[in-house]
Amino acid sequence: MSDQTPVLECRNLSISYYTRAGEIPAVVDFNLKLMPGESHGIVGESGCGKSTVALAIMQYMGKNGAIVGGELLFEGRDMRSMSPDELRKLRGSKIAMVYQEPMASLNPAMRIGDQLCEVPIYHDGVSEREAWQRSAEMLAKVRLPDPERIMNSFPHQISGGQQQRVVIAMALLSSPKLLLLDEPTTALDVTVEAGIVELIRDIADEFGTSMIYISHNLGLILETCDRLTVMYSGEAVEVGDIHDVFDEMRHPYTRGLFGSIPLPGADKNEHPLVAIPGQLPLPHERPKGCNFGPRCTFFRQGVCDTGRLRMHSVPGDDDHRVRCERFQEIDWERDLPKGEAKPPVESGDVVLSVDDMTKHYVIEESGFLIFGGEEKTVKANEHLNFSAREAETVAIVGESGCGKSTFAKVLMGLEDATAGQVKLGNVELGNLPVEKRDEKTISRLQMVFQNPFDTLNPSHTVGGQIARVIRKFGVAKTKEEVDEIVFRLLDIVKLPRDFAKRRPRQLSGGQKQRVGIARAFAGNPDVVIADEPVSALDVSVQAAVTDLLMDIQRENRTTLLFISHDLSVVRYLADRVVVMYLGQIMEQGTTEEIFSPPYHPYTEALLAAVPIADTSIEKRHIVLKGELPSPSNPPKGCPFSTRCQYMMPGKCDVEAPPIRAFGREGHEILCHLDPTELQEMEPVIKKKEEAA
Amino acid sequence: MAVSESIAAPGLVERLSAPKPAITLLLLMWVPLTIYVMFGAHQFVLLPAIPATILLYWVAFYNFRESSTAIIGLTLVFFWLLMAVSAPYLPLVDPNKPIAPFTLPFSEKRDIFFWLGTDFKGRDMLSRMIWGCQRVIVWGVTATFVAYVIGTLFGLIAGYLSGWWDEIISFLANVLLSFPVMVLFIVILNYLGPSGFNIVVAVTFASAPAIMRIVRGLTLDIKTRDYVYAAQTRGEHPFYIMVIELLPNVRGPIIVDACLRLGYTTVAITTLTFLGLGLQPPDPDWGLMIREAAKTAMLWKFSYMLLVPALSVSTLILGFNLMADGLREMSLKD
Ligand SMILES: Nc1ncnc2c1ncn2[C@@H]1O[C@H](COP(=O)(O)OP(=O)(O)OP(=O)(O)O)[C@@H](O)[C@H]1O
Ligand code: SF4
Ligand code: SF4
Ligand SMILES: [Mg+2]
Repeated sequence: MSDQTPVLECRNLSISYYTRAGEIPAVVDFNLKLMPGESHGIVGESGCGKSTVALAIMQYMGKNGAIVGGELLFEGRDMRSMSPDELRKLRGSKIAMVYQEPMASLNPAMRIGDQLCEVPIYHDGVSEREAWQRSAEMLAKVRLPDPERIMNSFPHQISGGQQQRVVIAMALLSSPKLLLLDEPTTALDVTVEAGIVELIRDIADEFGTSMIYISHNLGLILETCDRLTVMYSGEAVEVGDIHDVFDEMRHPYTRGLFGSIPLPGADKNEHPLVAIPGQLPLPHERPKGCNFGPRCTFFRQGVCDTGRLRMHSVPGDDDHRVRCERFQEIDWERDLPKGEAKPPVESGDVVLSVDDMTKHYVIEESGFLIFGGEEKTVKANEHLNFSAREAETVAIVGESGCGKSTFAKVLMGLEDATAGQVKLGNVELGNLPVEKRDEKTISRLQMVFQNPFDTLNPSHTVGGQIARVIRKFGVAKTKEEVDEIVFRLLDIVKLPRDFAKRRPRQLSGGQKQRVGIARAFAGNPDVVIADEPVSALDVSVQAAVTDLLMDIQRENRTTLLFISHDLSVVRYLADRVVVMYLGQIMEQGTTEEIFSPPYHPYTEALLAAVPIADTSIEKRHIVLKGELPSPSNPPKGCPFSTRCQYMMPGKCDVEAPPIRAFGREGHEILCHLDPTELQEMEPVIKKKEEAA
Repeated sequence: MAVSESIAAPGLVERLSAPKPAITLLLLMWVPLTIYVMFGAHQFVLLPAIPATILLYWVAFYNFRESSTAIIGLTLVFFWLLMAVSAPYLPLVDPNKPIAPFTLPFSEKRDIFFWLGTDFKGRDMLSRMIWGCQRVIVWGVTATFVAYVIGTLFGLIAGYLSGWWDEIISFLANVLLSFPVMVLFIVILNYLGPSGFNIVVAVTFASAPAIMRIVRGLTLDIKTRDYVYAAQTRGEHPFYIMVIELLPNVRGPIIVDACLRLGYTTVAITTLTFLGLGLQPPDPDWGLMIREAAKTAMLWKFSYMLLVPALSVSTLILGFNLMADGLREMSLKD
């Protein structure tokens, strides 16, 4: 391979943005060599400069960005010396990019077919007929069903996953040498993501395209790439073959990253995650010397804080390089980050029980003033049955549109249940909107929200927002008492006390989420609903916030309803799991029961779809066909029947499936399959055989 | 708004920029001026307003120093504000006293030097120009303020409570908006009779619907934020949510719009007075000055009578508009 010219080479590339606050060095001293047919992953947290690298390669730096140093070679030619015309040609035909948001690349007002055809017409000068032909073929290659229909639709008429496939098809139509993918699946559901990932992997094999795959998810990188660059705060900190980096990481940050993601085997009691302390430095607040210094446990004065750090080769492996001064002194086997084991918590009595709860929304389609159009029922929740005990963590898992948030709204009293009951202790909540609930009931039930940027009111101080809850629920009355509790809560969520006077915009995402947690616990609730509380946070901060949430819960014996789409997190922290699909519970049981056979076919697919950042794990591949059906038009019979690989025509798509019970603890699966068939399923995740 | 919570050791101007001192200064300037103009109080009430205005200009200048547009706007507006609060203390002749008719600018008559000449009744133009800004500013700002209070209130209700509230409020707003503004003014003032308070009513009817729409749109967006859900799930009263959770967050865009609208209102009031529907003689007022000058200014020689009040109005409006532009510019930068 070494005698080939690399498709792309970055040499000491430095990129800056110029803003009102001065020059922001977004990427510093970045090196990368990409061989033909190779896939290179770039992983790192928000703001570390991943997208900037991609944009620099595309030479789309915007008005205020510029490459300030280094070389950027495409097939051996310096891109910085090319004329704008040459660059434009290059971008259209040899380099293509796929963004996170598919709609960013599609014109909403143009038929998909016409948009696709532009590419071959413009680049290869073919006739319209031929262009149409090629486009249709390409759509088939990215495995879109019924290409003709899709070519004739507008972008908004197809789902997000399909849009992303169209964008990839468009990129491939010019048969590029280099494909840049910037978080192409982040906006998609897990089972849809699995399909796209498989597609991306096949592209490399089939078209020989070199790829740069940008993601914050290590598992995805493992599934798609050959080589990997880990970035931290504008610098590459570790580069190497994917297996070398995963199995023998040599940078404390990479190590910290792996320690803070829940891999199979992590367990909240025995092997808790280890969060990286602190937070990412802002580009203009980077420390002297090693950027990771302030958060690194191996930091040593005089070594790590003297001037710029260089990349060092790991002895015995020239391709594996790290930017750390002390990597050879660290005993990588002994100094594994290890969390303290904590005793498991015994759960108490049932606190919350949901009994046959159903919520239907009636929406009027194209209504005119008061004269309604056609009425439609959206079955957001259908016959939910489950309960949660004191001090227990119950996870509700499912993809978008499965009714998780509706359930939370009914519980919180923002919506009425259509039928059935929801009982908190002995208070019936299903038809008790929040205005009619007494203070006591309201304070027993609180919520932690998903989006850290939305969870706090930007106009009020942090302390004021927590204090409001304390006063409202009558926990304390006098100013001194309230202040005292606010301070105590800030201590509990590990924030400095003077944050009480700050406004939300002065806080980072993780810090805001901590305030959100403090606010939820301010009224001493019995049940806390956490709606994806960490999914919007950076990986290294997620672990800290998750742990915090669980520590407080443990302390107060609170019941935690943890809503999430991320099965890795769920396995790590839940005691029991409820799997939902299109408003119905597909399976429920203890965490162990959910993660081992018998599986519900949907759970099985969900498990197989979650990327796992562990090379010693083997996973069965199941890629679901199709997309999530719309909840306003669910399939007849079993809601999963349109995508299920075990679907039995004539039965599953006609009759509602029965509940099959297993074990004594209430493990239930909603499926037509025979209990013995379910029992005989293979585990999805296995340790690899040691034989090799 | 641009109240900087500076981390550096605060100097006087920074300390005055904090919300409480800034609002105190604003009230110290505004309340005396309003009492003086609306209720004819003794000129002593204006004494605290003069230093307050100067300090406020300093504070505003400091906070907007990054936008030259805003600085020019501020300077124009504060020039007139300072004239308004200090008019009784300036060495001016009585604006209502006829001295020597048709004296041209920069000429002397009866031992008085007339910088801007006199009008057809022989009243000093300079004095009338300076005194005349009081009524325009006070009534213009008051009318705009009242329109904003009402428009914002209805906007919050329509946006947050939606349903029937929204249908009714939006319908009424659309009806009002379908009239041309001037027609609405003339109808209302003809019906109620010309006076400052009725101008406030007319401006409110004309402006509040548009303000309502802006606030309603902002509210519709903000009410889906998680912090609003958090308040709802705490069982907060809708009124609390509207005032405490929503209002502070719609404030920013509204302030920019308010500056622009101050400009429109100033035009409207001047026009109404010109038409004889607004403020009544004999007290000086720009609109009145234009109205009176219109009769005589046909002669090129006397066009200064028209030019002086017209340019005054223009500079004030220009000031408001530049301030709006500067504010928008600054809010986009952050
Ligand atoms: N147009 C811009 N002007 C000024 N600064 C910018 C601009 N775009 C990005 N930055 C800054 O440059 C740094 C790197 O940003 P970049 O978008 O490359 O990060 P990223 O790794 O892609 O993050 P994410 O995971 O959030 O996509 C950040 O500090 C960011 O704030
Ligand atoms: S250089 Fe020092 S501070 Fe930086 S990662 Fe290595 S040991 Fe840690
Ligand atoms: S009932 Fe049928 S379609 Fe539904 S999950 Fe079971 S096998 Fe699949
Ligand atoms: Mg990015």
